[in-house]
Amino acid sequence: MVSVPWHSRVRHYEAELRSCRAAVASVDFGDYHPLKPITVLDSRSRRGGRKGSTSSSSSSSSSVAPDPLSSLLEGTDPLSLFAAAAEAAELGRRRREREEEVGLDFEPWAAKRGEILARFTTTEKLSINLFMGSDKSKASSPSSAVSEKVRTRLEELDDLEEGSQREMMNLSQQDYVNRIEDLNQSLKEAWSSDQKVKALKIVIQCSKLLSDTSVIQFYPSKFVLITDILDTFGQLVYDRIWSMCSDPHSLPDTFSAEDVNDTAKETCLNWFFKIASIRELIPRLYVEAAILKCNRFLNNSGIQETVPRLTAMVRGIGDPLVAVYARAYLCRVGMEVTPHLKDSLNKNFFDLLASFRQIHGDAVQNQLVLQRVEVPVYLTLYSPAIHWILQCVAYRASDDYITCAEIWVEFTCRHFTKREVNTVLADIIKHMTPDRAFEDAYTELHSVMMKILTYFHNFSVLFSMEKFLPFLDMFQKDSVRVEVCKSIMEVFIKHQQESTRDPVILNALLHVCKTMHDSVNALTVEDEKRSVSLLINGFIRMVSFGRDFEQQLSFCVEARATFCNLEPVIIQLIHTVNQLAIETRRVMGGSHSRKTAAFVRACAAYCFITIPSISNIFSRLHLYLLSGKVALANQCLSQADAFMKAAVSVLPEVPRTIVVEGKQRSSESFLLEFISSFLSTLLVVPDHPEQGVLYLVRGLLNMVQDYTWEDSSDAKVRVYISALPLLAAMSQESYLYTILNVDSNETLYGGDPKFVAEISRLCETLIGQVLDHLKTLGREEVMHRQGSLAFSLFSCLLAHADLRNNKLNQLAVNLWNLSHKNGQCDTRISVRTLEHIKSQAQHSELSHLSDMLLRLSLQSRA
Amino acid sequence: MSAVLDLKLKRANKVYHEGEVLAGVVVITGKEAIQHQGISLTMEGFVNLQLSSKSVGVFEAFYNSVKPIQLINSNIEVAKPGKVPGGKTEIPFEFPLQVKGNKVLYETYHGVFVNIQYTLRCDMRRPLLAKDLSKTCEFMLHCQPQKSKVQPSPVDFIITPETLQNVRERSVLPKFLIRGHLDATNCVITQPLTGELVVESSEVAIKSIELQLVRVETCGCAEGYARDATEIQNIQIAEGDVSHGLPIPIYMVFPRLFTCATLETTNFKVEFEVNVVIVFHDDHLITENFPLKLCRV
Repeated sequence: MVSVPWHSRVRHYEAELRSCRAAVASVDFGDYHPLKPITVLDSRSRRGGRKGSTSSSSSSSSSVAPDPLSSLLEGTDPLSLFAAAAEAAELGRRRREREEEVGLDFEPWAAKRGEILARFTTTEKLSINLFMGSDKSKASSPSSAVSEKVRTRLEELDDLEEGSQREMMNLSQQDYVNRIEDLNQSLKEAWSSDQKVKALKIVIQCSKLLSDTSVIQFYPSKFVLITDILDTFGQLVYDRIWSMCSDPHSLPDTFSAEDVNDTAKETCLNWFFKIASIRELIPRLYVEAAILKCNRFLNNSGIQETVPRLTAMVRGIGDPLVAVYARAYLCRVGMEVTPHLKDSLNKNFFDLLASFRQIHGDAVQNQLVLQRVEVPVYLTLYSPAIHWILQCVAYRASDDYITCAEIWVEFTCRHFTKREVNTVLADIIKHMTPDRAFEDAYTELHSVMMKILTYFHNFSVLFSMEKFLPFLDMFQKDSVRVEVCKSIMEVFIKHQQESTRDPVILNALLHVCKTMHDSVNALTVEDEKRSVSLLINGFIRMVSFGRDFEQQLSFCVEARATFCNLEPVIIQLIHTVNQLAIETRRVMGGSHSRKTAAFVRACAAYCFITIPSISNIFSRLHLYLLSGKVALANQCLSQADAFMKAAVSVLPEVPRTIVVEGKQRSSESFLLEFISSFLSTLLVVPDHPEQGVLYLVRGLLNMVQDYTWEDSSDAKVRVYISALPLLAAMSQESYLYTILNVDSNETLYGGDPKFVAEISRLCETLIGQVLDHLKTLGREEVMHRQGSLAFSLFSCLLAHADLRNNKLNQLAVNLWNLSHKNGQCDTRISVRTLEHIKSQAQHSELSHLSDMLLRLSLQSRA
Repeated sequence: MSAVLDLKLKRANKVYHEGEVLAGVVVITGKEAIQHQGISLTMEGFVNLQLSSKSVGVFEAFYNSVKPIQLINSNIEVAKPGKVPGGKTEIPFEFPLQVKGNKVLYETYHGVFVNIQYTLRCDMRRPLLAKDLSKTCEFMLHCQPQKSKVQPSPVDFIITPETLQNVRERSVLPKFLIRGHLDATNCVITQPLTGELVVESSEVAIKSIELQLVRVETCGCAEGYARDATEIQNIQIAEGDVSHGLPIPIYMVFPRLFTCATLETTNFKVEFEVNVVIVFHDDHLITENFPLKLCRV
């Protein structure tokens, strides 16, 4: 082994830096620079598109180059097209199966009746002011006008019946109900005694009461009571005509108009003619609706034609409350006979919407003022009718329900607040939960979710919706659930502007992320893992507890436990914790208190115990190094030492080949890169007091020596060469860089000659190793490697060795010659090197280089 | 009550056309056998013209009332004199509805000044000391359907203060714009009058919108004539201040008996009109008149 004593060149880092600093050159707009956005000059197409334009024909536009991947995916892919077609066919089949009659699943009117009566008769105002007791003298003056009106109406009714002149004023609710029941009875009596005209008159007079909106709070109940009478009437007429057809034998339930005899038809027609001539709109409408069913006797399409006509007729009712109840009645009788006639039901609903502005009209407002009814109270009067109409519209629409809900939710999101959206969600849950209906509607439910996410970017609002998480729980098929979670996270990452510590958001999103994480298993493809990890990382990055660092750390502890299967997430967590430690350092201005020192040590401990769980060896190495640096920056010397030691001890495990982006590649370049980085860190790592001098450097070099490098590789020697600059830097009196509040070897040894000698010995050994290796490369086929290595060592010596030393000087010259011997050198580099030496030689302390320069000759290629 | 005579027509709606046969039964019910001197049926049709009180002055000098115009009068024998056994006896009959000469059978119509009525009477002549029995029933006559196709001639209308006639002071009128259309003014009598009406705007609240069906009856002769318009029925199509801009359906069924195909003869005329009546909240009302031509197809 050749032995050359080492002498490091003395460096003046600052002066060198000044002389090396490149002049700043600004880039003009027109100049080329790789980092400038792509500029597309698109003058040709512009010219074509703007024929006749007088402006200059060429213009430039900045555009992002099209992504070939996304353009491939334009349009719907064939698989989902098939799926959609199959779904549509299934839907059609189910629809055809639907029955023509209302089933038991339809909440009947009878069930609502009592509810409405109970709700709209117990109103205080009504019971006290209008129908209290029978004491006439107590009727107060403002309400007496109203009572008067009611009285006259009811007296009118009385007139229809002989000898039953009862005082109708100041009826209690119960009296009112009884009175209507009396009328119902007298209707039946009139009918049974063949006084058909009287019966009709009773019904007309009763229906007229519905055009009267005095005592407006009572209107819904009045509607209930009076429609009872209408129902009775409708049934009587129907039964009568039906009985006329029962000779010789009674009609089947599914009879058609052809089965009805002429007499019955004539009677029926007569009823319709009579009703058609009722003067007032509201009684005419109600009474015709009451006998709607009788259309069956006349012709088979009568009902289908009548319902739309009556629906349109309601438009003539100016009072919106009266109109909405008329619609409710129409829907009710319509549902009884033709539940499948959805068009009219829908029409009723849309007309109802159109007439809503009437509520703000003078007519209604004046009335409310007069009756001293507040608008909110007034609006509640609509609810039974609207509820009923909607129930009819929604009936047997469950296949369509979710499609509608999908639209509704967008409307709600756009125009209302979270409260209303929450209501819609609650309704969706209510509809989709029975029979696990949600299983067939994942696409729609997902779309609902997307719509909510489109309009609600504030996640604290989103998660404060009571029904949001229960809604999320409806996605029970794993694949769908994960997709939905991904959607949520994508929106979060895209729109969350500020980091958050909101416990609601954190809890919910942890849940969401956990769902994604838990979906990962042995069969999951890498791509999927990567995308899930990316999303979870995005979440972790947005979590910040501000100055509450400990909370942040415990969040990371929790997250590590939750996301243990996803390596990129674990890596992110380590970065987060390191960042946390650095942040702590920044806050403390570089000097820790006892408490913060303990905290950063905890951070280091977190990293130290987390890193080994990572399987990717280079990730592990880099994290050890990074965490070591962070520990060092935080003055955690023993921790830093442990990290470095761990890194060194992991080195032998690095395999010769690793998989990079699915391909087997030699790990050598990665390893060299890491070692270089590691070496540069070692400059500031102080030696452990209990270990020998340059303990880590030696350790590293030993590892490098023992590592099984590839046979035909110079990597080991290259490491040796790259260690020389470190050793040279270590032997300087003041180091190139240091860490605040950390004493490096510079201070520990203070340029102790023994220390310097130790370094020199090490260098000597290394150079010896390199030279030995160079000797083995004498053969023709590896000559280029010899040249290149020799040149590397030459460059290293030139930069870091004190070339005033003859031996070193001679070695350098020999290396130059060796590298040029085979003509393997790049002449341009050689020339530039010579120029560099020439410029260096002008510095007084490097004047010896000019002598050396004379000995370095450029060899023309043989 | 020993014997009851009844007359039943086969057709439930009792509607017949010229040339058809009225079929039915004479029903005789009695506890004991009934002796009679023949049972006969008489078919009669008359136009009764009456003069309205306001025009009566002109005619008073000449007539108290216009003589009825006989359209048909025919007689058939159902049973020769004899005996009807006790219990219920039904005697079926067929009576052709045919006019002699070139008389025209007008449609049944019940009006105020013009009445066109057809009856079928059954008489049972009885021997001395027993009252003759008689039973009359009305039947409807519908004229033969019109052969040519009906041109509906729809009409669009716009009602604004400017379109009104008979206004004394146009300047005090509130502003309003009512638009609409009738699907037909040549109407088929068995089908409803239809159309739409939109209150586009109105300064004053609307109280009611109504369709008034009016008959215009003209009675006359060489000496002069009387023309009277009276209401047949009034159908409310809107109550209260309706939504502006929302079309309200116009829909009215032509009542039976009180309407007939528009009729014009040398002696009298029966015509129909419809008024669209808009009543404002202050009880002011505006009317738009549309003459109708009713026909049967």
